Amino acid sequence: MNTDIKNFIKGIVKENPTFVIMLGMCPTLAVTTQFINALSMGIGVIFVLLLSNIIISILKNLIPNSIRIPCYIVIISAFVTILEMLFHAFLPEVYNSLGVYLPLIVVNCIILGRAEAFASKNNVINSIFDALGMGLGFTLSLSFISLIREAIGNGTITLFPIGRWSGVIKIPILNNSPIRVLALPAGALLFMGYMKALFDYLSSKRKKI
Amino acid sequence: MTYLGIIITFIFINNFILVKFLGLCPFIGVSKNSESAIGMGLSVTFVTATASVICYLSYYMLLVPLKLEYLRTMVFILIIATLVQLIEMVIKKVSPALYKALGIYLPLITTNCAVLGISIINIDESYNLLESFIAGISAGLGFTLAIILMSNIREKLSITPVRKWFKDVPITFISAGLMAMSFMAFDNNLLINLGLTA
Repeated sequence: MNTDIKNFIKGIVKENPTFVIMLGMCPTLAVTTQFINALSMGIGVIFVLLLSNIIISILKNLIPNSIRIPCYIVIISAFVTILEMLFHAFLPEVYNSLGVYLPLIVVNCIILGRAEAFASKNNVINSIFDALGMGLGFTLSLSFISLIREAIGNGTITLFPIGRWSGVIKIPILNNSPIRVLALPAGALLFMGYMKALFDYLSSKRKKI
Repeated sequence: MTYLGIIITFIFINNFILVKFLGLCPFIGVSKNSESAIGMGLSVTFVTATASVICYLSYYMLLVPLKLEYLRTMVFILIIATLVQLIEMVIKKVSPALYKALGIYLPLITTNCAVLGISIINIDESYNLLESFIAGISAGLGFTLAIILMSNIREKLSITPVRKWFKDVPITFISAGLMAMSFMAFDNNLLINLGLTA
């Protein structure tokens, strides 16, 4: 039980995929212009990561070692295809705004990385907790980046539309004069650079104490 | 869109690294010196061009007649993985000198988002075969341009005093951000002014 919690927690803070091991940068920077896109991408990654981790840890003894990477890729791409079809059917707006980045979950280094480094060596229960922790860590960092980028860069926060409400929260002062560059691709790279520096600084401070 | 329009779009306006963020991992990982940056850039260009053509052919000649379009992600990634292996073997046999230069970068390209990205974009934009090929080459050249510029910046940065917490990765991101800002000068108005939009 204790190791389960450890596996779960490590993905959120100590081995956070975005800020510490810096995997899956492409979707991180590309979809974080709106909160809803970042959240859906995070949910998509959790879905694929969880199911592929489960299947790979079940099949780990059946897959020959020399062709394991192609096998993992086939399993992952099968789940990505399922995810694509689910999004297309139930969330068409999100499907359109994620565009090419949705099928690109296949080559997201986090998923293949966890399959290779964790699911192929551990049992199903451990792999489930590892996938949930890593996926949640990814989702949280994506949501955090998108909240700041959208709030400062556009002065809005886009959530799910409920009934008549369009799902867009407008922030009073920022909405009139947003700092546009943060919502643009250049701002994403700048913001990521400063965040990484801040994270390195904070984690080194924690180690000293 | 004209062919020149596609070239300008993929090299400058929608630069794969600085605007679309495709292939960011090798961009950060392999841009430490200009020699390896050129090697990586050229390998990616070679693979994006070949993969665009083969993915295009397999989509329209195999998946569409069989009504299996939804399998494209799976088919494309397998094609790319096989293709990279095949190219590696062919180069090793045909030109050992080129293999020596590109060898270590080729296996890394399988999981490069840029290659799968261009194959899917070609289908989404419904380009024809020649347009896909040109888009593939231009996307690779855009990648090469960005990674060579970045490696030169990083060579300069390595002899410049940088604050402790900004060393290495953070300063690379910030320089890439400033580079992306200068690439913002290229936008769709450029195509309209040149009269290249269809």
